[in-house]
Amino acid sequence: MIIKQLSVFLENKSGRLSDVTEALSENGINISALSVADTSEYGILRLIVGRPEKAYELLKNLGFSVSLTDVICLIIPNESGTLYKAIKVLASNGVSIEYMYAYAMNGDASVIMKVSEVNKAIETLTENDVELAKASEICN
Amino acid sequence: MIWNEHIECMNRDELREIQSKRLCETVERVYYNVPFYRKKMQELGLEPGDIKGIQDLSKLPFTTKQDLRDNYPFNLFAVPMSDIVRVHASSGTTGKPTVVGYTRRDLSSWSEVVARSLHCAGVGKNDRIQIAYGYGLFTGGLGIHYGAEKVGATVIPISGGNTKKQLNLMKDFESTVIACTPSYALYLAEAMEEQGIDRSKLKLKTGIFGAEPWTDNMRKEIESKLDIKAMDIYGLSEVMGPGVACECSYQNGLHISEDHFIPETIDSTTLKNVDKGSEGELVFTTITKEALPILRYRTRDLTVLNYDKCECGRTMVRMQKCRGRSDDMLIIRGVNVFPSQIESVLLEMSETKPHYLLIVDRKNNLDTLEIWVEVHEAFFSDEIRKLENLTKKITHEIQSTLGINVKVKLVEPKTIERSEGKAKRIVDRRNLV
Ligand SMILES: [Zn+2]
Repeated sequence: MIIKQLSVFLENKSGRLSDVTEALSENGINISALSVADTSEYGILRLIVGRPEKAYELLKNLGFSVSLTDVICLIIPNESGTLYKAIKVLASNGVSIEYMYAYAMNGDASVIMKVSEVNKAIETLTENDVELAKASEICN
Repeated sequence: MIWNEHIECMNRDELREIQSKRLCETVERVYYNVPFYRKKMQELGLEPGDIKGIQDLSKLPFTTKQDLRDNYPFNLFAVPMSDIVRVHASSGTTGKPTVVGYTRRDLSSWSEVVARSLHCAGVGKNDRIQIAYGYGLFTGGLGIHYGAEKVGATVIPISGGNTKKQLNLMKDFESTVIACTPSYALYLAEAMEEQGIDRSKLKLKTGIFGAEPWTDNMRKEIESKLDIKAMDIYGLSEVMGPGVACECSYQNGLHISEDHFIPETIDSTTLKNVDKGSEGELVFTTITKEALPILRYRTRDLTVLNYDKCECGRTMVRMQKCRGRSDDMLIIRGVNVFPSQIESVLLEMSETKPHYLLIVDRKNNLDTLEIWVEVHEAFFSDEIRKLENLTKKITHEIQSTLGINVKVKLVEPKTIERSEGKAKRIVDRRNLV
């Protein structure tokens, strides 16, 4: 249930995103989801990829600041109220969301979340019938 | 206008005699009163009697800023504290500041050399001088203040900052002279324009500018924007404060008050005196100071000495406007900044040795310091908030160490150029040379 997300520090200058994606592409690493959080001077690229450890080594050797972060991936059926339900479960159990981003998977929405307590989040969400993706399902 | 014509236009042979006599007295004074100098001289096998005059100057040991720090606060003083009537201290140094002291006679000599400097720059008793250098531990404000009173000018001791008030008083009090850093002068010029102040309503005619390096181009800019004569004044607290040297109306080098301070220029590597007319590191020996006499102080400022008689009639040697430094010290808005200070702040933040670059610029005529810090894994977080907090923390720590505002920018690893040997830590875009 725990998914390793790759985070990369990027200065806001042209060509950096291209350098990262090029390196992944040349090594046959697929990107399942990504988000860029940015400020005026730099950004953090967050990626869900197949073979995150390999990607981590690769980018590190290229001189990037990278880290692997534990995140979860919620599967949110395409009907109203389902995201609210999941977030409410976390809130009522005292788990805070550091950040989240969404992408589509097989008609449903998937939401990647970095939370304060990963195991507690997994436990309470599963108990409340929120479906979570397994690493093997999205890191390919 | 020459304040002390007898001295300032003295025959050079006669001057050498005075210098020799005073040098011998100084050497004797430090040998018997300052353990630091006694030890240094003994290490060199020197006794006071070995120094018979100025020709023996180069036998004497050097003094560095580090020596002053090592003897913090008062251990280099040559008189008892009961004779010390004032202390000043330098800002923005690593760890301990450098402390300097003055006896009553020292303050009087200081006023004398500032008075000469002001006359040299064309300022006299009919002038109203607005002193916008900082007052306090910094020598700028009070140093000029007493010299200005001595020449009988009307002193307006406003101190630094508060631009709007500066301009109001300049107009209302009819200031004829402004004394401040050259960058602040340009800042004032802009503020004047912004506030629509009519230059013709002002009586300003001269500026006395020092405490930071500036170029002839900057002079031209100040002179045209403020419509004044912009004069360079030089000094440093270790030697005395402002007034060690000042330009005359010919603006072709700064006359040094050689009867108080003997200048030399040396090669910073070999420590040997450079040839006449060549550029070297400026070194001063004070020969009248009682509280803190100093032998061969290495200023780290690079200059050329010119012993030719000046068109103004003064025979006192002229030093060329300082063109640079022989160490990596930066002067930013009048504050001394060493890259090592920033490095030590960064080292305290993490186990990793940080790579950083200092970008110094002059924007809207104010010096700016931007610090680029490479984000290594130890620093990196996948959360923006944490990186922003890190930036804030670094900014705060550095600002409280240096005492000036800085901007910290996080950059990717390996983006700061590595060089073999000594790392390049500074990019100075102010074009001061
Ligand atoms: Zn002259």
